[in-house]
Amino acid sequence: MTDTVIESKKSPDRSALGRVHFDETAPLLEVQDLKVEFHTRYGVAQAVNGVSFRLDEGETLGILGESGCGKSVTAQAIMGILDSPPAKIAGGSIRFRGVDLLKMDERTRRHVRQNKIAIIFQDALSSLNPVFTVGWQLAEVYRKHTGATRAQAKVKAAELLELVGIPGAKQRANSFPHQFSGGQRQRVMIAMALALEPDVIIADEPTTALDVTVQAQVMRLLADLQKSMQMGLILITHDMGVMAEVADHLCVMYAGEAVERASVHQLYEHPAHPYTKGLLESIPRIDLKGEELRAIKGLPPPLTDLPPGCSFHPRCGFARDRCKVDHPPLYEVPGNRGSACHYWEEVIES
Amino acid sequence: MGRYLARRLLQFIPVVIGTMFLLHYITTLGIQFNGDPVRALFGDRPPPAEVLEAIRARYGLDNDCLNQRGNPCVGMFIDRVGQYLQGDFGQSIRMGDRPVTEIVLERAPVTIRLTAIAIVFETVVGIVIGVMAALRKDKFVDNGVRIVTTLLISTPIFVFGVLVQVFGALALRRWLLANDAPDWTSDMFSPVYNVDNPWLSLVVPGIVLGAVSLASIARLTRTSLIENLRADYVRTARAKGLPPRRTIGVHALRNSLIPVVTYIGIDIGMLMGGALITETIFSIPGIGQLVFLAVEFQDALVIIGVVTLLVLVFLVANLIVDVLYAVLDPRIRYD
Amino acid sequence: MTDAPAITVQPEPDHQPPPRGDQKKEVSRSLWADGWRELRSKPLFWVSMVIVLAVSSMAVLPGLWASGDPAQCLLARGSQGPSSQHPFGYTFQGCDMWAAIVHGTSKSLAVALLATTLLTVFGMLVGTLAGYFPGIVDTLLSRFTDIFFGLPFLLGAVVFLAVVPVRNVWTIAAVIAILGWTTIARVMRGSVLATKNKDFVEAARALGASNARVILRHILPNAMAPIIVLATIYLGIYVGVEATLTYLGVGFQRPNTTWGLLIAEGQPYALQGSAHLLIFPCAFLVLTVLAFIMLGDLLRDAFDPRGR
Repeated sequence: MTDTVIESKKSPDRSALGRVHFDETAPLLEVQDLKVEFHTRYGVAQAVNGVSFRLDEGETLGILGESGCGKSVTAQAIMGILDSPPAKIAGGSIRFRGVDLLKMDERTRRHVRQNKIAIIFQDALSSLNPVFTVGWQLAEVYRKHTGATRAQAKVKAAELLELVGIPGAKQRANSFPHQFSGGQRQRVMIAMALALEPDVIIADEPTTALDVTVQAQVMRLLADLQKSMQMGLILITHDMGVMAEVADHLCVMYAGEAVERASVHQLYEHPAHPYTKGLLESIPRIDLKGEELRAIKGLPPPLTDLPPGCSFHPRCGFARDRCKVDHPPLYEVPGNRGSACHYWEEVIES
Repeated sequence: MGRYLARRLLQFIPVVIGTMFLLHYITTLGIQFNGDPVRALFGDRPPPAEVLEAIRARYGLDNDCLNQRGNPCVGMFIDRVGQYLQGDFGQSIRMGDRPVTEIVLERAPVTIRLTAIAIVFETVVGIVIGVMAALRKDKFVDNGVRIVTTLLISTPIFVFGVLVQVFGALALRRWLLANDAPDWTSDMFSPVYNVDNPWLSLVVPGIVLGAVSLASIARLTRTSLIENLRADYVRTARAKGLPPRRTIGVHALRNSLIPVVTYIGIDIGMLMGGALITETIFSIPGIGQLVFLAVEFQDALVIIGVVTLLVLVFLVANLIVDVLYAVLDPRIRYD
Repeated sequence: MTDAPAITVQPEPDHQPPPRGDQKKEVSRSLWADGWRELRSKPLFWVSMVIVLAVSSMAVLPGLWASGDPAQCLLARGSQGPSSQHPFGYTFQGCDMWAAIVHGTSKSLAVALLATTLLTVFGMLVGTLAGYFPGIVDTLLSRFTDIFFGLPFLLGAVVFLAVVPVRNVWTIAAVIAILGWTTIARVMRGSVLATKNKDFVEAARALGASNARVILRHILPNAMAPIIVLATIYLGIYVGVEATLTYLGVGFQRPNTTWGLLIAEGQPYALQGSAHLLIFPCAFLVLTVLAFIMLGDLLRDAFDPRGR
């Protein structure tokens, strides 16, 4: 970014956040034992069931898992934008620089949103308001958070578009979301998240809706921006290839729980949980041409009706009797990793 | 935007001609089947044939095709269209032989006042209660709004008008007068239109006219807002740290009002019919009452002229609404 | 569970994908079944159904409901209010109000039913063809629809009814149908357009189904739901419309009995204090219309998959 963000004296964020005491020495983001429930007419769904992870400055944490495993809910819980019925935060803490966001009042939390932690959603077409120009939606961030004037905000909006590589930024700022291509729209989403130079960016499946070539461009953009702004990035995806390239550490989620935690090398080379192992084995490989594709048999359990013991045991090749009754905690694995499997040593060896 | 406009205009013209022809065809069928309206003027003692013929010629009813049942009278239609383009919408046979346009212009101000009151009432109140119901979904306010609007839609306008007139205008007015209420309140509830109070005595009829549409607007706003509140872009607005006042009041509402605007276009047609009823019930000397009287007196030319005029107004209004729709929803413009 | 490291299959029964050929049927069967289940549970549904059935039976078998003869009128009893033997009083002509109301049901309902049937069938036909065949067919049919749409309903009805030689159930219903089919056509067109692009339609076409088959077996069942809702609501609205037209003098005339006539005749007398002349026919009318509209609303809530 060329300029620093304009902070006029009437900046609403400045006054609200000024009262909060952030601890610069504490980890950037630390989630501990987060539990989120959804109260539906079919019962209570344990969408997130005791997830913990940590993000440091400049790092990229990947959250990996299938659809429905709770990764998006976790992201939205961190942002504080879950619909509160039916969702309910049932426990745990989310500490940003030492301050528990869950204990904050909504007004202060609103100022943290976008300013300190921002999010990029998957489907940029539906995530952008169709009736306002892209420039207007970007400028809105400045006008509402920093008290900038319309003119100032307009200039910043055009700068942002240029930053994310939209050609002809000044004119394109007057275009509407549906007039951009998919990749450009995602860049706009990125621009919007970056506007106030937050400390953390959460990217929820940012490239899933894009073509493979465009995917690569967008991911590269994200990586570059992260490095130049020294932000923490939480990348949520089910695409293991993208994850391998971008992430430093990974957290694998299944049925609302974190089942493995490791650095990217450790995870890909020696997975410590049968689910991770299954995921890795299911990636089609060109040197195994001619062999049947391997898949993890079965389907994830309904979140309203989780199996007793280990949630993965019905589909697990390593499962023993113990797994049916004894819910595994996240065991400490040497090398600063974790695995929620009773038999993690076996899994690593195999 | 230009292309959209051009396309709409291109659709507009054949439709106008088509609708006018439909109207023309039905009314000529009527004359062909029900007999000569000029002849009917004279009851049992018609004047000599040449006089009748002269009168017919005067009113443009001397075309031979009127004696052939089923003949669409295209020639007559083309003549008529030519007249319309010159601003001539016919003469009244039974209402003092005056040009239809003159009669309409005389009555127009009242109807416009009435319709204006109705539209303002139904839009403002309708949107407000629709928003309130959407924001408090499934709670008391919402259920109340749903019940009341359903009841309003189920009540034909004339029932509502008649009941309001009898109980509101009469009973309430009697009570107000008996209790020395200020003059303007009893004026407002007068059972019939009062020339001395051109606006006040139209308030109650205006509310009656707008009541059913209000119910539809309220429901439409409610449904639209509920749907938009669930949309992804509202989630994004919240993620941007915007307060609910803004995510709902600016982001969601702007999108929600689009179908309401489109509805108002259709509503104008319903308001025309409603004005007919309301003006009849409350004895308001407007265009609606004119149509009613023309039907009662079987003044064919007035019926044709006035209804054609109203149809034109309706079609133009819809065109304007379509353009407005494109202004509000950019996705339509750049099709 | 075995101890061997082999991966075994344990799929959840209700997650099992249905057999391919019947996939669309499964979907629609469960949508209707789900909808029906939801409807059944709502008390308002049963209330509406009871009213609808009661009014329908009044139309078909008026003798069952009213022992009095509506033609037996004594002017001397004119406009008498409710009493213990005649809780609904007498009309201004001295006929039993209750009997008059009951016997007035059949014509009103007949018009509504006939009109709704006619315009639904015609509207669905035009809408389906316009939605399914793009290009010139769509353009022509859409402009055709627009032409009829350009006539505001009541104005058109008043003009049309002024020129018909006789006003009976058939002509009044026909006029309503001619003026009202356009909305159904538009809704159907939109619905067909939306369904046409769904994958299962493409699949059917790829398998070689003819246009007729695709339309009848695949598109119609899935596009019909909004039409059913509309038709139910229209039944109610057109009962009200018939009353309106009759009130204005362009509908039924005496010696017929309909609610519209009762209201028209009762109005001037109500102004003089015989409120019952107005209240009872109005109440009946509104209640009947209300029942149909509530039914339509409930159908819409039950069959709209997004509403859950």
